[in-house]
Amino acid sequence: MMQELTYAFPILSWLVFLPLIGALIIWVQEDQDLMRKSALGVSGLQLALAALVFKDFVPESPAMQFTERLAWIPALGINYHLAVDGISVLFVGLTAFLTLLVVLYSWDTVRIRIKEYYIALLVLETTIVGIFVSLDLILFFVFWELMLIPSYFLIKLWGGGAERQYAALKYVLYTLLGSVFMLVGIVLLDLNYHDWAVAHAIQPAYSFDFLDLLAVPIPVDQQLLIFWLIFLGLAFKAPMFPFHTWLPDALVEGPIGMSVVLAGLKLGTYGFMRFSLPLLPDAATDSHVVMTLMTLALVGILYGAIVALIQPDFRRLLAFSSISHLGFVVLGIFALNFQGLQGSLLTMINLGFSTAGLFFIAGFLYVRRHSTDLSAFGGAAKQVPLLATFLLIIGLASIGLPGTNGFVGEFLILLGTFQAYWLFGVFAVTGVIFGAAYFLWYYERAMFGPLSPNLPRTITDLNAREMIIAVSLCVMIFWIGLYPSPFLRMMNGSVAALVERLERAAPTAASTRALNVKRETSDDIRPGTSSHVSRLMSHEKARL
Amino acid sequence: MYDWLIIAIPVFPLVAVLLNGLLGSRYSHDIAGRIACSSVGLSFAAALVVFADQLQTGGVREVIAYRWIFGGDLNINLAFLIDPLSCIMLLVVTGVGFLIHLYSVGYMHGEEGFTRFFTYMNLFMVSMLLLVMGNNYVVLFIGWEGVGLCSYLLIGYYYDKVSAAKAATKAFVVNRIGDAGFLLAIFLVFYNFGTLDYTQVFAHAGQLSPKMATAIALCLLVGAIGKSAQLPLYTWLPDAMEGPTPVSALIHAATMVTAGVYMIARNHTIYDLSPAAMTTVAVVGGTTALFAATIGLVQTDIKRVLAYSTVSQLGYMFLGCGIGAYTAAIFHLMTHAFFKALLFLSAGSVIHALGGEQDIRKMGGLSKKIPWTHAVFLIGTLAIAGIFPLAGFWSKDEIMAHAFVHHHYVLYGMAAIGALLTSFYMFRLTYLTFYGRPRMDHHRAEHVHESPMIMIGPLVVLAGLSVIGGFPGVPPEDGWFHHFLHPSVAAGAAEAHGVGLGLVVGLMGVATVIALAGWGVAHYLYSARPEAADQLAARAPAVYTTLLNKYYVDELYDRLFVEPTKKLGQAWDWFDRTIIDGLVRGVGEMTEGGAWLSTWIEKHVIYAGLNVIGYANHLTARAWRKLQSGMVHHYAAIIVAGLFILVHLVVVWWTTGLSGFGVALK
Repeated sequence: MMQELTYAFPILSWLVFLPLIGALIIWVQEDQDLMRKSALGVSGLQLALAALVFKDFVPESPAMQFTERLAWIPALGINYHLAVDGISVLFVGLTAFLTLLVVLYSWDTVRIRIKEYYIALLVLETTIVGIFVSLDLILFFVFWELMLIPSYFLIKLWGGGAERQYAALKYVLYTLLGSVFMLVGIVLLDLNYHDWAVAHAIQPAYSFDFLDLLAVPIPVDQQLLIFWLIFLGLAFKAPMFPFHTWLPDALVEGPIGMSVVLAGLKLGTYGFMRFSLPLLPDAATDSHVVMTLMTLALVGILYGAIVALIQPDFRRLLAFSSISHLGFVVLGIFALNFQGLQGSLLTMINLGFSTAGLFFIAGFLYVRRHSTDLSAFGGAAKQVPLLATFLLIIGLASIGLPGTNGFVGEFLILLGTFQAYWLFGVFAVTGVIFGAAYFLWYYERAMFGPLSPNLPRTITDLNAREMIIAVSLCVMIFWIGLYPSPFLRMMNGSVAALVERLERAAPTAASTRALNVKRETSDDIRPGTSSHVSRLMSHEKARL
Repeated sequence: MYDWLIIAIPVFPLVAVLLNGLLGSRYSHDIAGRIACSSVGLSFAAALVVFADQLQTGGVREVIAYRWIFGGDLNINLAFLIDPLSCIMLLVVTGVGFLIHLYSVGYMHGEEGFTRFFTYMNLFMVSMLLLVMGNNYVVLFIGWEGVGLCSYLLIGYYYDKVSAAKAATKAFVVNRIGDAGFLLAIFLVFYNFGTLDYTQVFAHAGQLSPKMATAIALCLLVGAIGKSAQLPLYTWLPDAMEGPTPVSALIHAATMVTAGVYMIARNHTIYDLSPAAMTTVAVVGGTTALFAATIGLVQTDIKRVLAYSTVSQLGYMFLGCGIGAYTAAIFHLMTHAFFKALLFLSAGSVIHALGGEQDIRKMGGLSKKIPWTHAVFLIGTLAIAGIFPLAGFWSKDEIMAHAFVHHHYVLYGMAAIGALLTSFYMFRLTYLTFYGRPRMDHHRAEHVHESPMIMIGPLVVLAGLSVIGGFPGVPPEDGWFHHFLHPSVAAGAAEAHGVGLGLVVGLMGVATVIALAGWGVAHYLYSARPEAADQLAARAPAVYTTLLNKYYVDELYDRLFVEPTKKLGQAWDWFDRTIIDGLVRGVGEMTEGGAWLSTWIEKHVIYAGLNVIGYANHLTARAWRKLQSGMVHHYAAIIVAGLFILVHLVVVWWTTGLSGFGVALK
């Protein structure tokens, strides 16, 4: 049974419901300025609470921390169970951080229905934090579905594009479609638990609690079925190639704040690490599953990067670059080794600073030109040097330049992938080249070159509010890039536990990981003996 | 006790980056320049202390700054290594770097982006120092990509010029191809050794299988080829000349582009295990040396001639590494840093004197007007051409002699022809620039002026180094340089001693004759009979045009790689918009037709409150009703209904024991 740590007060509940309280406060406001200030205050308080969680989080520990558990619908075994561990804790902070920045960004860029906007934004935050801290699958699913409501309205009502209605609907339909399958998967998990509980006379007879479900074995063929069902839910949301088609529309048509959240908070891939891998280790290590998902991931990496290359619209480019980055995350997860999982987790966090950061930059561009299309720019660096500088820094972080956060995550993913399936590693590395190409080529055409006649001389460089956003992002980018230790320490305990669980599972799929296991058990450095090396070659040839 | 001093070496310029980068706009260019130069000066002083300590104590010193990336069985420290090899690199980088910084203060004087320039230059120094001081592959890689970034920034320094912007992107992307290879090498090393620390990797390298050693060595070579502009990834370097001239001197001649050579020498333990990889390195180097030299013959831009010359000289260093003459390669790296920095900087002085003119067809007759520049340029030419006893003579001859003595006659032949061409194009450049009739327009000719002292000073020091820089390596294979570097690059059997004195002197004689022959031909074509060169070009127009157009390699790459990739992007984008999206739209429109059904379902299904989610959804939605159009509600209702049916079906199947489901799906 997994160790659980509790805390002096229900801090996670506060984190979930504080934004909702904030929304209620805004609801009763009349003055627009007060609404903004309330939103700012609430999201600032939220970040402070998240910081408190970080401060008191026990690093290098696999335990579930800050646990809260109340019976919700006992008859069905549904609990109100909140907790964070190394896998989820960073997301809570990231959500608070990004929401605060979105509030700042929206300060004078959102001009219509201000009250409703901030309410939607804060309700969205509640649901997202809820997704990250729920350990009961039904509770998780409730938040997962509730998230759609504020998202839908944010895209539909505050989106800038002409097709925003369509984009909002498409996003909701897509996610709902996936959720149907996921819910079925969740119910099957419960039914399996029920069978076991009845057979072994355990109480409660029904449970959707992650920790309860973790404790009972699931037959491998059931695992596979459930895995694929949940996979659909997660893949649509993530979105993974080829379920990605809602993403470019939502990101381009929706408001910047929504794009930041959608691009920065990787809910789908979080779900893989939170639920699919630990609950269904045999399915997750099944060689067909791994091969299928890694292939999809690899195709996503290259497809996203190459399509991004020719996009003239920056936001569309970012949408495809997100698909490419998501491919890296999935690749790292299904490398199923320490570096891969750790790298994927860190990369999910990183994207909250780099890709989401680029959406803020896209917002800065949009505010100035009402477009993020290349034709609206050209030689802009001369006119807006600060904006150009931050675009470059955040962009370089997103393409994984060493010294920035992007490198640490991408390096770990590729390292892990290479250890597991070297051929996937080789192809994935080419994504690094395309990444540089699509970003720098856009940058060259938008920012470099002679000042375009299309660019009005009246546009101004970043204002103070925008500077705060850009600088905060850069601080995080360099902090994680140069000194990732605090972040790695927070996640390492849970990642290690997850790796251990996966290694105990599925002896059939463990052929490559046998090497890794071997490495971890030997205390000396293993020099690559020739047999070891030739084993690599023959293994990989046989498999691929 | 010197640990902090070692860490301080890259920290000095880092502090300058932060100061100038964040606060630079608040103070004058003068102060920014001083901060930048003194930071590099301090690094140089610290490097000297470290070097002196190394001389006295010898041995290897490892310093850990902090734990960087870790987890599971991976542990990567930000750690530095001081051994003879890194000492030499440190001195070259900080020493030449310091001189170039001083020169830049004069060269960049009055530029609007003065502070930005020095911020990038200092950032380059930080990266380059991490590159040469790193004690594991990942720290090396931070430096490796860091110098690439600075190269990008500095090539694109005049970013409003389209050609500069394009050259910058090209440099970065081409470098990234190499970097991808390098990353693969890192992964292979980790796979085999479970660590990325040099000390442990090299200590256990002997246990690598030859195949694996070859794989690692070749992946590293891909990285080195990208960074050091060897065939086939050299095309970015000539374009990189869009950057200000001090950048070309520092980054694209003296330091960054030699990183590949340093990296191969650093990994010589692995290369020594793989004759195949060694041969590849040597062939790449030899071919590049010759290939780039032929292009250099006909170029008309003073900096482009020097750029191709750099590519060619780097080829010599690769050739040296490939035949096991690591010491000679590093020796050539050092002397090349002296004379190529000198040549670039004095070319900069020429360009400065002519108010920005770079076309040598519009120069000539400058020797009297800018005597200092002329004198130091001539010294640089003599040194690179390999005239006895200047620096280039000793180092280049050592590589060639090593090739000959170890029976690599083909490589020796390539190097010898390359040397002839080098001597020729360098003297051609000198003649066209400094002698003969002035060919610039009247206005320019009047304004020709010698550069200020802050530029001439560093030139004189570099000229001095180009003259005496070869002496540490005398006698060949047995000089002070060789003994000092021996612990770092001792290559076992590859470094042979006891070659007959006669052979050594004979080879030196041949080299001298080659160099003089090149000079002679250049003298004949560009001084004695100036019209002969054009006649020669006219007689073989195809050859001349091919060379002038650099064998059309850029065009070829464009056709083969760049355009197809863009086409692919367009095709996939079309697929995404038309096929995938089209399907979705079709489904959406069909659903709309069933709106009445959804209304019914809304009433009867959701209100029935069968599902907690649906109910919660609905309650929230009701609060929002005034805001929304209602359509999504209907779709949501359909889906919730479908969901119930599915769940019920599954439950029914489950309870009736129809569990073949999972198997079927698998």
